[in-house]
Amino acid sequence: MRHTLVTLVEDKPGVLTRVAGLFRRRNFNIESLTVGHSETPEISRMTIVVNCDDAVLEQVIKQLYKLVNVTKITDVTDEQTVIRELALIKVQANASTRAEIIQFAEVFEAKIVDLTRESVTIEITGTEDKVDALCRLLRPFGIKEMVRTGRVAMLRGVSGNGAEKG
Amino acid sequence: MKLDGASIVWASLVKEGVTVTFGISGGKVIHLFHRLTEYPIHNVLTRHEQGAAHAADGYARATGKVGVCIATSGPGATNLVTGLATAYMDSSPVVAITGQVATPDIGRDSFQETDITGITLPITKHNYLVTDVRDLAEAIKEAFHIARTGRPGPVLIDIPADVQVAQTEYVYPEEVHFPGYRPTLRGHDRQVRMATQLIDQAERPILIAGHGVTIARGEAELMELAVKADIPVVTTLLGKSCFPEDHPLSLGMIGMHGQPYANQAVQDADLIVVIGMRFSDRDTGSISTFAPRAKVIHIDIDPAEIGKNVRVDVPVVGDARNVLETMVRLAQPTNHPEWLARIAHWRADAAGHDILSRESDALFPQYVVRAISEQTEGNALIVSDVGQNQMWEAQYYVHRRNNTLLTSGGLGTMGFALPAAMGAKIGRPDDPVWVIAGDGGIQMNIQELATITQEKLNIKIAILNNGYLGMVRQWQQFFFEGRYSGTPLSGPDFVKLAEAYGILGLRVTEKAEAAPAIRQALEHPGPALIDFRVVQEENVYPMVRPGDSISQMMRRPKPALQDGAPEEVQA
Ligand SMILES: Cc1ncc(C[n+]2csc(CCOP(=O)(O)OP(=O)(O)O)c2C)c(N)n1
Ligand SMILES: [Mg+2]
Repeated sequence: MRHTLVTLVEDKPGVLTRVAGLFRRRNFNIESLTVGHSETPEISRMTIVVNCDDAVLEQVIKQLYKLVNVTKITDVTDEQTVIRELALIKVQANASTRAEIIQFAEVFEAKIVDLTRESVTIEITGTEDKVDALCRLLRPFGIKEMVRTGRVAMLRGVSGNGAEKG
Repeated sequence: MKLDGASIVWASLVKEGVTVTFGISGGKVIHLFHRLTEYPIHNVLTRHEQGAAHAADGYARATGKVGVCIATSGPGATNLVTGLATAYMDSSPVVAITGQVATPDIGRDSFQETDITGITLPITKHNYLVTDVRDLAEAIKEAFHIARTGRPGPVLIDIPADVQVAQTEYVYPEEVHFPGYRPTLRGHDRQVRMATQLIDQAERPILIAGHGVTIARGEAELMELAVKADIPVVTTLLGKSCFPEDHPLSLGMIGMHGQPYANQAVQDADLIVVIGMRFSDRDTGSISTFAPRAKVIHIDIDPAEIGKNVRVDVPVVGDARNVLETMVRLAQPTNHPEWLARIAHWRADAAGHDILSRESDALFPQYVVRAISEQTEGNALIVSDVGQNQMWEAQYYVHRRNNTLLTSGGLGTMGFALPAAMGAKIGRPDDPVWVIAGDGGIQMNIQELATITQEKLNIKIAILNNGYLGMVRQWQQFFFEGRYSGTPLSGPDFVKLAEAYGILGLRVTEKAEAAPAIRQALEHPGPALIDFRVVQEENVYPMVRPGDSISQMMRRPKPALQDGAPEEVQA
């Protein structure tokens, strides 16, 4: 099963290597890892997606905690969470296909961020499923280039009754 | 007060109570060594950086204090790697200080540049590359704190040459601030109570003591619990000597080459209380068949150890001594006469398989170890190497005092014993220190004989010389059609070699010569080396095949002396 771990780490040199090295050394299967600043200066926030059973997950969390620079880990898998991924997709396009591609993008509330005679570049934000679905639709046109950020996640506000938006 | 980086290192080591370091100089620590003469610290010049790392490790294990080793950049630093990995696997508090090329030269493949923090990432508890002299004192403070607290381990500090020269105002921090590092020492009350209840209810309980008991100095509490609740004690290899082995409740070591009755007892137990032990495959055999009838209480300071290899009924995260102390208080006084009688029966049966119960004039290695045990009255601080010699030490030396066996358990590093013994002797100068090693392993760090002479270390060295990489030869005999590929081994004339280093050298070829030679070595006021020419193709029994259950032991065939296929015995 896929688990999403929000991991707060001290923003020290080498901390990403430590986390990545741990996964390799312990033979844990990492699906994606994103890292960026958090709301606290000197603390970075990693969103780690692992595919494993509960026993392995327990080990992942405990072993991560053993890294001196790791300060907090939250398993947000079963929680009320906002999960997003951003992707940039450059699709082959010509006069006869361009309109259809743009139409697909609109249905997915994606943005056209670049347009040339030969290509359309689309920016999409959403759950991984949504990104996957758009990719499937675009693949027959020919995807020239694509980048996906991997999952970022955040717990919803405390009351927990916020509605899914966008 | 303004100090340069090199002085900050020594001043900080003095603050940490360091009086001795182990290391070798070089281009990128030359300034560090330049400042050494201004501080009350003695550096032991080993002959190889691996020796420095093992010596620091040996010092740390023998004293419980942090051991410090020093090396220059590049090859000096990489030579530490095996020693650091050894310390890491066995949770030994070591701080390694390495020189690095100057900060502007980092990343340019400069002369003698290696990314030692990158290299040691998976074999240190933590490490630092200090690129600003203003961060140096704090890094040292943190390194010592991390190395010795919680589950101890090695920490490396890499200091570029320009940082050693740069000056800054020196203040040694009083405290460390770690948002993400807070070891749990006290066991959770409810868990400890639950554990004690299980102990009170058990009919066939066993205490399994690991290295954690020694590290936490919880030996007295272990003894109290064992006696109060009348529970036999088995140990892991690194747990050996945390419980006196001549005590009626001591069953010796478990595992691949454990005492058969210790393995049998664990397999038959209805409760195992596991303290400071990580369920290594060498101890458990096949995990799925380990202690099949037992409920499991697991006490460990490292939460990640709990549930890592074995399912646990009552986990207790905490310091072994602290937890045992509470358990002693809560446990009810009990007796288990039937259980102890059953174990005594197994023990009596084992004697029949024992090589020492045979009439023979041959110089068996087991006999040599037992002779050392007797001549030192089980009181020596033994540093054993790796291979058959290590297992015979574990089986035949009867440790009567706490923390008297240092050995490389987790990594199984040949060449550990000689340099580690130097650190141990410096840490515990009043203890008789013996190295027990094979003819292969001793040659892996033999250069340290020079250090022993230079430092006038009174260490006794017993080589169980069988002319083979014996443990590998044994596997070849059992599992690889007896094809001795790459295992026959010639050595130098160890007696002459010892003499060349200014060390007393003795040779023993006959059984009758063993005890007198050991006595002669003991009476000799300086270091001595004995070359024991033991029976060459002797095997370590019992043996559990890798992956088998520890109830399936290959036992020494009862009637024949040496030859004949080993018996299979089902517990
Ligand atoms: C550094 C290192 N290299 C290789 C091994 C593999 N190994 C384990 S035991 C052993 C044989 C040891 O021979 P010796 O030191 O003569 O001891 P004996 O088994 O004969 O007592 C070897 C090669 C090891 N443990 N460590
Ligand atoms: Mg040998």
